[in-house]
Amino acid sequence: MNMLEIDNLNVWFGRARDRVDAVKDATFTVGEGESFGLVGESGSGKSTILRAITGLVPTWSGEIKVRQDPVPKKRPKSFFKSVQMVFQDPYASLHPRHSVDQVLGETLFLHGFREIDARVVKLLDDVGLGQKFRFRYPHQLSGGQRQRVAIARALAPEPKLLLLDEPTSALDVSVQAEILNLLADLRQEHKLTYLMVSHDLSVVGHMCDRLAVMKDGEIVEVMDVAALYAMKAVHPYAQHLLQASV
Amino acid sequence: MDKLLDIENLWVRFPTRQGVFDAVRGVSFSLGRERLGIVGESGSGKSMTGRAILRLIRPPGIVEADHINLGGVDLLKKTDKQMRAVRGQRISMVMQDPKFSLNPVTTIGDQIMEAYRLHNKVSKSGAYAKAVEMLNAVSIRDADRVMRAYPHEMSGGMGQRIMIAMMLIPNPEILIADEPTSALDVSVQRQVLDIMDALVKERGMGLIFISHDLNLVADFCDRVLIMYAGRIVEVCAADKLHEAQHPYTRGLLNSLPRLDAPRARLEVLRRDPAWSETPSVSGRV
Repeated sequence: MNMLEIDNLNVWFGRARDRVDAVKDATFTVGEGESFGLVGESGSGKSTILRAITGLVPTWSGEIKVRQDPVPKKRPKSFFKSVQMVFQDPYASLHPRHSVDQVLGETLFLHGFREIDARVVKLLDDVGLGQKFRFRYPHQLSGGQRQRVAIARALAPEPKLLLLDEPTSALDVSVQAEILNLLADLRQEHKLTYLMVSHDLSVVGHMCDRLAVMKDGEIVEVMDVAALYAMKAVHPYAQHLLQASV
Repeated sequence: MDKLLDIENLWVRFPTRQGVFDAVRGVSFSLGRERLGIVGESGSGKSMTGRAILRLIRPPGIVEADHINLGGVDLLKKTDKQMRAVRGQRISMVMQDPKFSLNPVTTIGDQIMEAYRLHNKVSKSGAYAKAVEMLNAVSIRDADRVMRAYPHEMSGGMGQRIMIAMMLIPNPEILIADEPTSALDVSVQRQVLDIMDALVKERGMGLIFISHDLNLVADFCDRVLIMYAGRIVEVCAADKLHEAQHPYTRGLLNSLPRLDAPRARLEVLRRDPAWSETPSVSGRV
């Protein structure tokens, strides 16, 4: 079964003369348990696709289906239980005056969970942080630790599909390795499906099974990782991107 | 090889409430007419080293060194006024993000011309011609339009090229580039590096290239200093970086996902407290 189907997705910003078509006729599917990557330059529309899926951008047309259910413009609560997102910058995505306990506790409360206390403990263990970080504030955490908290928050409602928007681009390479390993473990443990955006082809190659190459809002090529490793891209732009990344 | 810059035993300290924090701890290196890379993680002191050379660290930060010699003259002994003649004209610096280093309310043309006229006595039209020439040198097409534009109208890659043009217009002997390409896409990154490379070669400048990207440095530089916790742990030729010996360098290299050698799991760096205790390796030639 397909976890996510995107059909002829168009996303635009502005109106009339100032209209910018950020995503044009994007079509792809992500199977259950699969990890799918979106790559491209800045401004190619890869993050915009994620934002359109979660409803952070209201101006889209086309069809988005999560587990074969079309997603309406007004997202129901059940949608957010199955789809969650991790943002690029862990410094900006956590509330500076909320402790880790508050961040996770509030999320759990809003999703109607009981036994919040035990669940917070479990979430922190899952992302490898442990108890001692529970009552800390974001400024008392390093970049990698913050990203772990952001991942724990995304995992709180027990989603099936995780949208990852450049989860490691703000981190050092040594920390990036830790976070990528964590994401790989979590995917296996919780049977998650990933849709991951990155500008780094080697990261996508490491994490994903298939990937789509985007340019100027269009998906120019969908290929699997074996083709990426073999450097066999069909579209000239995709080939150019591969060459530039080696 | 003639030495442009020679630094001995450089310390950068910041007094805090919990005692003095040493950001750079006794670093020595020299720079000839070459491309010298400094790599390390965030917090390893690489940017602080670059800033300390230009004495850009403000109090309460403290910069100490046996000497920072630029062409045989100690920069630490200069007055602030004398330092101003060094900055830009003899050593310039390209910062990480063009968004924060260009003046948002002044046109690009005015900013570049200011950089030039500060150090050279020329007419406005002469400076204009020189600025356009520099913009062309960093492969910006329709330089006339860019001269009239404001920084927010430029993309990241354009902004960074404008910064490079501005830094190179006084024709300095040394260029310090602090993560000049980390805000840019891979394809644009290559372009900016090629431009820098050509200019450095043409003018026989010395380049200090500060980056966290090991592969980029291995590709682009001649010699590499690897910094950890404020000290240099290893010095090696850039093309030999992948044969580096120090466990920290090896750890960093192994933690990178690679397209040519896929692995199921990435290696995680295990830090040894001894690394930060061993004295700094000298990077002097």
